[in-house]
Amino acid sequence: MQKMAFPGRHALHEPSHSHIPSSYAPLLDPATTSAFEAPDRQCRRRRSSVVALPLMAVLLVVALFSVVALVTNGNKPNPMVSTPPESQQPENMIPSRRGETEGVSLKSFRPLLGAPKYSWTKKLLAWQKTGFHFQPKKNWMNDPNGPVFYKGWYHFFYQYNPYGAVWGNIAWGHAVSRDLIHWRHLPMAMVPDDWYDINGVWTGSATILEDGRLVMLYTGSTNESVQVQNLAYPADPLDPLLVDWVKYPGNPVLVPPPGIGSKDFRDPTTAWLTPQGKWRFIIGSKLNKTGISLVYDTKDFKTYELLNGLLHSVPGTGMWECVDIFPVSKIVENGLDTGENGPGVKHVVKTSLDDDRNDYYALGTYDGETGKWIPDDPINDVGIGLRYDYGIFYASKTFYDQEKKRRVLWGWIKETDSENADIQKGWASVQAIPRTILFDKKTGTNILQWPVEEVERLRMSKKVFDKVEAKPGSIVPLHVGFATSQLDIVAEFEVDKVALESINDTDHTTYSCPTSHGAAQRGALGPFGLLVHTDNHQTEQTPVYFYISKDTEGNFKTFFCADHSRSSEAIDVDKAIYGSTVPVLEGEKLSMRILVDHSIIESFAQGGRTCITSRIYPMRAVYENAGIFLFNNATDATITASLHIWQMSSAYAHS
Amino acid sequence: MKFPVILLAILHTHAGLITQMNDQTLIETTCRSTSNFQLCLSTLLANPLSATADVAELALIIVDAVKAKTETALSGIEELKWLHPELTDALGQCSNSYKAVLKADVPEAVAALTRGVPKFAEFGMVDAAWEAEICEGSFERVAESPLSELNRDIHDLAVVAAGIIKNLL
Repeated sequence: MQKMAFPGRHALHEPSHSHIPSSYAPLLDPATTSAFEAPDRQCRRRRSSVVALPLMAVLLVVALFSVVALVTNGNKPNPMVSTPPESQQPENMIPSRRGETEGVSLKSFRPLLGAPKYSWTKKLLAWQKTGFHFQPKKNWMNDPNGPVFYKGWYHFFYQYNPYGAVWGNIAWGHAVSRDLIHWRHLPMAMVPDDWYDINGVWTGSATILEDGRLVMLYTGSTNESVQVQNLAYPADPLDPLLVDWVKYPGNPVLVPPPGIGSKDFRDPTTAWLTPQGKWRFIIGSKLNKTGISLVYDTKDFKTYELLNGLLHSVPGTGMWECVDIFPVSKIVENGLDTGENGPGVKHVVKTSLDDDRNDYYALGTYDGETGKWIPDDPINDVGIGLRYDYGIFYASKTFYDQEKKRRVLWGWIKETDSENADIQKGWASVQAIPRTILFDKKTGTNILQWPVEEVERLRMSKKVFDKVEAKPGSIVPLHVGFATSQLDIVAEFEVDKVALESINDTDHTTYSCPTSHGAAQRGALGPFGLLVHTDNHQTEQTPVYFYISKDTEGNFKTFFCADHSRSSEAIDVDKAIYGSTVPVLEGEKLSMRILVDHSIIESFAQGGRTCITSRIYPMRAVYENAGIFLFNNATDATITASLHIWQMSSAYAHS
Repeated sequence: MKFPVILLAILHTHAGLITQMNDQTLIETTCRSTSNFQLCLSTLLANPLSATADVAELALIIVDAVKAKTETALSGIEELKWLHPELTDALGQCSNSYKAVLKADVPEAVAALTRGVPKFAEFGMVDAAWEAEICEGSFERVAESPLSELNRDIHDLAVVAAGIIKNLL
């Protein structure tokens, strides 16, 4: 990287084959810095804020920036962003603990010069509410709890604060649905009113016993803030809506075992039957900085036996929250009941890492006799390898839907705006659209996540675009004729073969979505993709894109990114860029799907091999002022896109 | 005869000094893990409870300092609204931001630290620092910020709190 003359500014290393000037002006101007220096430079954060400058210095910087822009060949360096060199890590390396910005350390924001908009109007805040994602009517929500299908209804419980739009006073909210999309809100299932959960009715999971009875095991934070496990069950098992719940009078049924910290013992999973006829589940913890998973057996959910030895552990990963283990079939295209095993079965172990607020998974083999799980690829072990989602997605949990024979995943999506905005709008957090999980037979190393098919019932009018060409450096408006706040987009991209063959050695080892300058950083073979929540002048824009790099031996690497650096002119929203590599096999077209739903978008590449969920809070690109565009900011390759775009109706929740 | 008494007195004081030094060491080690050692140290040492506090309690002391400074800022804002009606919009934003710190961020951090789920405390303190940045940023291109020092103090204290909290994750 070239260092600029003034402090804290770095120019970007440009790819070598970027000498072909584009026929359009550079599309996307990088954003500028914020008011304060974040002293915490060296860890976990991709952008730092700069000390507040007097206006003169800011203008000087802008002037110098324009000079630099003119000098560098139509490629925009971004001298306003100071990126610590250590964070320039290629996407395919083991992710360091210096992960994404979100929630881990200081959020970054860079107020754009000339846009002193600092208050949200009621209209703008109202726009943020989603049309078809699960959220309570108001207040705070976090982890999904006890998802289960019971007597014809999908049940969803969740961490809920009945008193405000911030975490606290945690109880279990409850809602039911016939189709995982249309929800009916019910009264809270459990509140913190016993000594063993007075400081929080925390996360837990449901188990359906052999006789069809349902039990719930959940973590309570006691009056002394000890984390214990408690048993609860429906007051009336014949009530399909399971409105009322009873806490077992003998609670707590499980307390932290010797050697485990009293505050490191939470989030029990669904149990499964072992060959010995006992119910087995796992629960996460840590020993110093090693994340671990304890294993318990029980016959009656009242007394428990801690297995000798852990399910698994990975040094350096810290506390394992919301652990999960489930089988996937290598052979059939449906989900498996939690207790299944055999030669055609692999087991996924997943954990939420307290340290970096991301959900990680790994594929491996589970031995029912020893109660141990071994990863297929120890280099990409749990917590240091693949993530479910490269955006905002945490505390996720699966359940087996025995009705439709699928493994379904729920994930908590928090806000990335400021708390004061959450208080103004009166709510915080949504859930992702439930996703089915399947083993990716083609790669053998990934799982595939895909929104449940029921979400497609919300599709209304459709617009098809066939083979739309976008030359290097172009933006093509996609006129759909309907509002673009709620959409389901499926797109396929073809890249100019000649360019793919002839380009040699782009920035293969240095590109990484979070440390890049997003869609503004041009390479020979990318970025290209879609702009959503974008106004006519692209003042506010959210690119979701592919970026292809190639090494000297002709090996390609494809990145899938979502860029929020210019999603909003607001100063109090996060502006990170998310994403990762996505495996693309020989003969596969590049494909993406995006569910657009107001302040949340969920993006899926290659059928769900890589997923990115993100939050967007525009101030302009809302309602009729927003549209979608196809863009190609590559310098060499022309791309051709075919798209199906549906307008999505809303799923109103009933109370 | 006096000698053993004197010896005892010396040993007792020495032991007291060692205990104090150990507490000092925890404070020092903890503060070294933050981005602003001096601020962390001075804030903690100014509170006598820090001598016997564990890491979570040290974090709570800083959270309390954030709360105190935010309360100061809020009453200052009320005064400023009278003196500078032309800054009403920016001051309104500051008021919203700091009310959020008192209503949400600080209680969240306190609740999380006492219950051993530090990640929510980190959310709270990271947001508190951000709210200070938002307040300061709301004056950009409008006027010289009358709250710069306070904003900086709140921001830096919240960052220190977040730094301490990271040790608990």
